[in-house]
Amino acid sequence: MRTIGFIIRKEFQQLRRDRRLLPLIFLSPVIQIALLGYAANMDVKDIPLAICDQDHSVESRQLATSFLKSGSYVASAYVPDGRRAERTIEEGKASLALVIPPGFGRQLKGTKTAPLQLLADGSDTQSAAIGLTYATLIVSQEQTARAVQRLAGLDPRVLMQIKAVLVDPAVRVLYNPTLASRNFMVPGVLAMILMIITTILTSLAIVKEKELGTLEQLIVTPITPRQLIIGKLAPFVIISLVIITVVLLASLLLFGIAVRGSLLVLYALSLLFMLSSLGIGLFVSTVARTQQQAMMIAMFFFMMPMIILSGFVFPIESMPPVIQAVTYIFPLRYYFVIIRGLFLKGVSFGELWKQTAALAVIGVVVITASVLRFRKRLE
Amino acid sequence: MSGARISTIMIKELRQVSRDPATLGMLLVVPLFLLLMFGFAINLDTKHIQLAALDHDKTQFSREFLQSFLHSEYFDLKTVIDREGQIDRLLDTGQVLVALVIPTDFGRNVANGKKVEIEAVVDGSNGTTAATAIGYVQAVAADYSQRAFVRSLERAGAGNMKTTIDFQPRVLFNPELRSANFLIPGLIVLILMMTAVLSTTLSIVREKERGTMEQILVSPVRPLELILGKTVPYLVISLVAAATILATSRLLFGVTVRGSWLDLGIVTLIFLFGCLGFGVLLSTLSDSQQVAFLLSSLLTLLPTFILSGFVFPFRNMPLFIQAVSYLLPGRYYLAALRAIMVKGVGFWAFGNQVAALLIFAAATGGLSVLRLRSQGR
Repeated sequence: MRTIGFIIRKEFQQLRRDRRLLPLIFLSPVIQIALLGYAANMDVKDIPLAICDQDHSVESRQLATSFLKSGSYVASAYVPDGRRAERTIEEGKASLALVIPPGFGRQLKGTKTAPLQLLADGSDTQSAAIGLTYATLIVSQEQTARAVQRLAGLDPRVLMQIKAVLVDPAVRVLYNPTLASRNFMVPGVLAMILMIITTILTSLAIVKEKELGTLEQLIVTPITPRQLIIGKLAPFVIISLVIITVVLLASLLLFGIAVRGSLLVLYALSLLFMLSSLGIGLFVSTVARTQQQAMMIAMFFFMMPMIILSGFVFPIESMPPVIQAVTYIFPLRYYFVIIRGLFLKGVSFGELWKQTAALAVIGVVVITASVLRFRKRLE
Repeated sequence: MSGARISTIMIKELRQVSRDPATLGMLLVVPLFLLLMFGFAINLDTKHIQLAALDHDKTQFSREFLQSFLHSEYFDLKTVIDREGQIDRLLDTGQVLVALVIPTDFGRNVANGKKVEIEAVVDGSNGTTAATAIGYVQAVAADYSQRAFVRSLERAGAGNMKTTIDFQPRVLFNPELRSANFLIPGLIVLILMMTAVLSTTLSIVREKERGTMEQILVSPVRPLELILGKTVPYLVISLVAAATILATSRLLFGVTVRGSWLDLGIVTLIFLFGCLGFGVLLSTLSDSQQVAFLLSSLLTLLPTFILSGFVFPFRNMPLFIQAVSYLLPGRYYLAALRAIMVKGVGFWAFGNQVAALLIFAAATGGLSVLRLRSQGR
């Protein structure tokens, strides 16, 4: 026990000596959550719409208004012709362009079919898909409204037989009623920041000593591999606790996203998560030969895949089975479920035991693997 | 500026890289590996939304209404339920995203031309997916209403009263709306940025940590020569990596380059120069590899992922954050990549991006020279 204490003290001394390291460790999560939490927002609203009204009739103006009043679009440009409309999209100044050809109003009042064109920028698939759906909705509502208006002049006997059907979906949203993607994203950003900091912290812990040649000195002392690994981990666990507190506070204060579940559970499971990602960093450190290698392994085989494949923005269910299988080894995957469950759904610990078990298993496996890996080197 | 001195450093750097085949391999193979893994994995297509249906009415009308959901490719009927109580559990466990409840008087009201309210219960935890799903539900319902209305007009002999807007949506550039075409350019930016910044930062900090940097600084090599000598080898490596992943995205993911390959090459070169320069700048700010690693991942990984327009639209960001995003080279490179690859437009459409990338490269290079000069003294 005393030996472990010595290692912990040595580690803290080393951390303090690098005058840039500690401020970076504690300040950067706050800056990151502040910047990125505000930015990570996938709401598709205010889609920039270019309006090209070549008809200038009451009908065409009303149609344009119903697009803008729907709340999904904002007018980003008014253009005179179809060529110009296409150009606005090419330059990225609009995602959609509504082109109302001349004669639209007349044809709509008559019995002819009134053509209407909508151009969409397919290079931004998200805005295009949602923009098109809402456009279809607006157009079909417009058609019904126009026809109903016209019925007024009809023979009452015919009118009796006409049934203006209106199926109106009343939408009830569970968990996140305002549909703010922020409520979904901020916990995600928080989780990623914790993962990155912890993995980086430990990924160099051992390989650094290896590269500087101080590891041999440690090896000739009576310190056992387990003591060394625990001594290396402990300071970072303490630092992690501070980081969790700082980041949770920041997200509460900045975004007002209150934790619906139990704060104690959140804390305990966050600590478990950080232990597993500290363990991954440590494991990388025992595998790599140089610090450079350690960083690359940590970055490209753990951090980047975890960010992309753990379900932060890209749903795991729509990934191919092979990659879904890979995602089971990422602690971040389970932590996302935990943290979103606690923030959004207010789930209880009972519903999170699977994720908790997975994190515990990963933590134990990687830390044991690091100890074993390290023991082998000694011989 | 002396060409001889630059090439001496370049040769030394190349020799060091080649002596460490693991690192070289990583720089060349990792980008490809990441693109393959991510390219197959990620997808934001909101199709096949899982649907649960609770039909209290069980008439021909309600069945027809449900059918119109299944005819659209957006919904899959996952399960038919018979009690309200089942809905919450299905949504809680994430088995379905939307549950539709059709009331008992649905058929009667449709037949009599009355307004019918159906209920759609939606899992809102992922706001974007939920908003899309709600849009689809409303569009299907509006379309059903419209068709039923027209039918009744025709039955009453008033078919000429119907109004038809022949709505022709036309999608430019990516007609099938494949999200791969939207996402792969973003992946390319992220991957190239990370490899380029990390490789230069580490190569310089390593020299600093080992004390060999001082030897170089006291030699007659000037800061600019040192930077060029250090970055050009990594530029070559990164260009090879870039060419590999661009070719792969063409061959495997069908993301064609609709614009000019020359434009693509030039923009990529400028972007990589900027990234490498940024790497040098970061290395001048850190004394140990640990700090360099922390600094470069914190400043590049998440910011490039979140602030470059990869998946999160700029228009949703507060103005202050939008301003920050202008500092990131990834933002400009991504806009240029999408313009060249997906839109296939000419230089006029992304001239601003190229200018911004040039400024970024010049600024990081200039700042690095200044930092190195002050350290040399």
